[in-house]
Formats: sequence, C-alpha cells, structure tokens
Amino acid sequence: MVDAVIPRGPKPRPRFSRTNIMLYGTLIVVAAYYALPLYVMIVTSLKGMPEIRIGNIFAPPVEVTYQPWVKAWSEACTGINCEGLSRGFWNSVQILIPSVILSIAIASVNGYALANWKFKGSEVFFTILILGAFIPYQVMIYPIVIILREMGLYGNIWGLVMVHTVFGMPILTLLFRNYFTSVPEELFKAARVDGAGFWGIYFRIMLPMSLPIFVVAIILQVTGIWNDFLFGVIYTKPADYPMTVQLNNIVNSVQGVKEYNVNMAATLLTGLVPLIIYFASGKLFVRGIAAGAVKG
Amino acid sequence: MTSVLVKDLTLKFGALTVLDNLNIDIPEGEFLVLLGASGCGKSTLLNCIAGLLDPTDGEIHINDRNVTWEEPSGRGIGMVFQSYALYPQMTVEGNLSFGLKNARMAKAEIKKRVARAAEVLQIEPLLHRKPAALSGGQRQRVAIGRALVRDVDVFLFDEPLSNLDAKLRADLRVEIKRLHHNLKNTMIYVTHDQVEAMTLADRIAIMKGGIIQQLDTPTEIYNRPRNKYVAGFIGSPEINFFEGEVEQGAFATGGERFSLDGYAFQGAATGGSAWLGIRPEHILSGDAAKDLPVTAEVTVDIVEPMGSDTLAWATLAGVPLRIRMDGQAAVSTGDRILIGFDPARASMFDKSTEERL
Repeated sequence: MVDAVIPRGPKPRPRFSRTNIMLYGTLIVVAAYYALPLYVMIVTSLKGMPEIRIGNIFAPPVEVTYQPWVKAWSEACTGINCEGLSRGFWNSVQILIPSVILSIAIASVNGYALANWKFKGSEVFFTILILGAFIPYQVMIYPIVIILREMGLYGNIWGLVMVHTVFGMPILTLLFRNYFTSVPEELFKAARVDGAGFWGIYFRIMLPMSLPIFVVAIILQVTGIWNDFLFGVIYTKPADYPMTVQLNNIVNSVQGVKEYNVNMAATLLTGLVPLIIYFASGKLFVRGIAAGAVKG
Repeated sequence: MTSVLVKDLTLKFGALTVLDNLNIDIPEGEFLVLLGASGCGKSTLLNCIAGLLDPTDGEIHINDRNVTWEEPSGRGIGMVFQSYALYPQMTVEGNLSFGLKNARMAKAEIKKRVARAAEVLQIEPLLHRKPAALSGGQRQRVAIGRALVRDVDVFLFDEPLSNLDAKLRADLRVEIKRLHHNLKNTMIYVTHDQVEAMTLADRIAIMKGGIIQQLDTPTEIYNRPRNKYVAGFIGSPEINFFEGEVEQGAFATGGERFSLDGYAFQGAATGGSAWLGIRPEHILSGDAAKDLPVTAEVTVDIVEPMGSDTLAWATLAGVPLRIRMDGQAAVSTGDRILIGFDPARASMFDKSTEERL
C-alpha cells in the first residue's frame, strides 16, 4: 500500500471490466446478427446482375446502380401487369388509412366505455372481446368470406377495411381500456360534477390526455395492416392487391431470370412504411407503453 | 331551512353493506364534517350525495328537492377532491370555466365568475398556467375555485388536504374556514384527521361501519362521547380507559376505588360492569390534584416532552395511564407524583353495549 486512495466522490468504474466486455460483446453480436441480413439486402439491391453472379454477397457494390429500385417500383411484372410495386403501394395506402382510423376510433371509445362507464355485463363483454384475440385467424377465413359475400363487400376494398377493423378490436380495446383505467378516477368524477357527459368527457378530458396511447395504437395498426398478406390475398381481387401480395407475386414469379437485386429493392420498399413510422415515433412509442404501465 | 337531507340511505356492494340506513339533516350554511377511520363509508356517503354513486335504497334531498335520480351536475353541488383532479391539459382558467362552458353560460358571465373566484382564492397570477406548473397548495386552491365559480349551494370536500404537507395543511385549513365564514354555504367535508374535524366543523358526524356513531358539535363529542368508540377516536393523546364495576357511587377497578361524585349519568345510576374513560389533559398533577375527588400517587414510567406540553406515562390500577402536563413541568422518569381528576369530566360506558352511562 504505497499511496492509499481516500474514497471520496463517485466510485471509479473501470471501462474494460469483465461485466462491460460481456455486456457490450453480447450486444454487438446480437446487433450484427440482425443488421447483417439488412446490410446484404441493401448492397445487393444496389448491384447489377453481373456483379451479383460473382457471388460475393457481403462485398459492397463496385458499381452502384439504382436501376433495380426503379424497376421494382414501376416496371416489375406480375403476370401481364408491368406497373411494378407502385400500384400495390397505393392500394395498401387506400386500405391502410380507413382501417387505422376506423379501428382506433371504435376501439378507443370501446376502451373508454369499458374503463369508465361500467354497465351491467361490461366485464363479460370485455372477456368475450379479449377471447377473440386468442382464436387463430385461419379458423375464421371461410365464415368471413360468406359474411362479406352476403354483405356484398367481397372483393371490395371496404370489405378488407372492415375485416382489419374487426380483427384489431380485441387488442386495441384492451390497450385503451388499460390506459383509461390508469387515468385517476377522481378526474372523471370531477368532469361529471362539472356537467360533462359521455362524449364531453371523452373528447375534452380523455382524448387530450391520451396522445401516447394513440401513437402506440397507430404504430400497432399501421405495422399490422401494412404487413398483412393473408387477408389481402383472400378478400380482395388482383386489381386491389396490397403491396405485400404484389411483392410476393414479383419475388415468387417462376418465369425468367431471378433478379435478386430487384427482389431486394422491392422487399425494402415494402418494408419502408412501417420502418419510417417506427423511427419517427419510437420515443413516443416507448413512452406510451410505459404510460400504460405506470399510474399517470 | 334544510340544505341537505339524507333519508334512509343504504348502499350495498353485493353482500357488503357500506352505508346502513343513514339519516342526516343538514341545515343551510352548516359546516358538517364526516369523520372516521378509512373504510368507514364517509367518502362513499359523500359520493352518494354528489350523485357519483347510486344508492341501493333511500333518498337525497338538496334544497328541498329530491335529487336522488339527478346527475351530479344537476344537483347544485361543487366538489373538491383529494388528488385535486385538475384537468392536466387545460390552463387554470380552462379548469375553472369547464363546468360553466358545459352549462352553456354566456362568455362574459364566465369571465366575470372566473375573475371573482380567482380574486377570492388569490390565484389571479396563475390563470394562464397549467396544473403541472403549480404547487400542491395552488392546485388545491384551483380545485376549490372550480366549485366556487359554479355558484353552488353545497360544497363537498373529499379529504382535500390529505395530499399536502403539514404546514400547508394548517394554512389551507384556516383558509377553508375563512371561505366558509365569507360564503356561508353549506359544506360537507370528509376527513380522517380529527384536528381538521374539530377546528372546522359546526357539527361532526363520526362514522364507523357505515353507521353514524354520533352527530354533534365538536365540544359535545369531545366532552360527552356517546359511546366508547367515539371516546377513543377523538382526542390525542388517546383517552385512558379503566375496566371495572360501578358500585354505590364509586368505580372499582384493579384494587382502586374512584369516587363518582359529580358524574352526570345519562339515566339512573346503575351498577354493573363498565368502562371509565378520562382524557390525559383532564388528569391534573401536583398541588392542583390535591383537592380533587379522585387522587392517587403514581410513578412516572416514561416522559415524552413535546414542547407545548409533556406527556407522562404511569401505571394506575394495572393499566398504562397517559397524563398530559404543562410543557414546562419538571418531571422525569421514576418520579413519584400525585395525580387526580374530577369524575364530572370522565365518561363511563356500559361494558357490553359500550354506550354512555
């Protein structure tokens, strides 16, 4: 003990301790595991076909070309139709916007009513609704085909919008109910004493307080509906196919050369919307999830 | 004139009876405090009066109008909550005017009323702030203001000071008293704090198990508690209880005999098992105790000095005894002191019914 250090102030923490090496090492390996495929996709989409045939999938492109992206967006063929993914994109947007708005509007009112205006049998109703989340979609495909046919909505975009709205209901209602339950009950009582009714409290008190949970709901719905393949392929006709279905048709076409660069570009294009939504609202998303858990 | 009348009010949640056939008659301008331990049904009663809970049975009248089926906003009440319950996204002004806007009041009138309430409560500089930017005391003032602007006949307070620290609580307590003095509205105030109850109330209703144990003025409740529960609940430090027998004008307990000269029995003096309660502050010591009807010599076990007064613990008739002495009293552990009390200030309760004798 030459010079004893007097403990004072913050305890020194070595930068290369065994804990740190383990922690950051694991994080780096896991991050690489998920980031590598994305990297391969991006580089491949920027290469020409001759370069791809060489087979170095990890090598960066020698000659960067945006042609595959252009082709994927506006020229790739599905069957006799050669408009690329652009048509599927606009179809998806047309399906997405009304589905998201409708499902969230209905589910938030549902959740609000179940949390604050308990009525006789509301718990039973809620349980039945949640049960719906546990039934596999596949079981309901055929009954829904019949229901849509009878309603005259089969093969129509609005039929698909209805299906998305209904299937979003259990999880979204649960989400909103739990959030509204965490809003202090006295606030609700105070609003009633102040003479606000069902809609008054919903629009003037609850809505302005619930931005985070709406963001969470929007993210869940946008990602879920955009990525949907099953309902899209079953309940719409080819002219209305959403982007995911069209992507599948491009990538899985059996005729001609497999254009890996175009396939990669098309896949990245399809995945772009959920990615943008996530990056734009990531912080709010985390806040919203946490807000549901901790008392507001 | 009766301001609030609660008639045969019963509330059950399934098999659980929270309020049991309650009857209260509150005259106009009275400050009534509902006091009790948590779970006694006092907040539930307030919620029933406000119309936030539907009773199982019974009626509620406000200003001679049966409002049992009315919405809270149609009852002419304003309510202040423990957690303030301010609307977080609105400014103070928005909070104050929300109820008026719902009632579709003219803008000019809203402005006038908000300005008046802000003046009364001295929150004018805060009107454009949001609740998050206010301190606890300011928030509670805004909450009171929200009831004030609506110009209601009855104010309901649900433990409004429980979330505040001790000093602020004392300040706001006085302010609420001043407010009542100026407005002269009927106020119903729920609390578990007996100091708040004693200082604010015209009358106190002590509740337990959904039943009103005693409804009386603070002095009456303090001096002549109707049963043993009330006697033990009111007063700090707690009243001293002795268990014994009443026989021939005296109370026999643990080998001691206390004379009962001067004790005012409710009915005819009867014998039998009973409790005798005497408050720590009614036990005198030293020279002052000498001429009292009941005296005894005890050894001080523990001394708790509190500044304004000193609490001494001793043992009498085998029971721990609290004696409240002057803050300057020179007393220390192990001292032998002479104590005494006047039976007129004691309270006696039947052993089995625990009702006042």
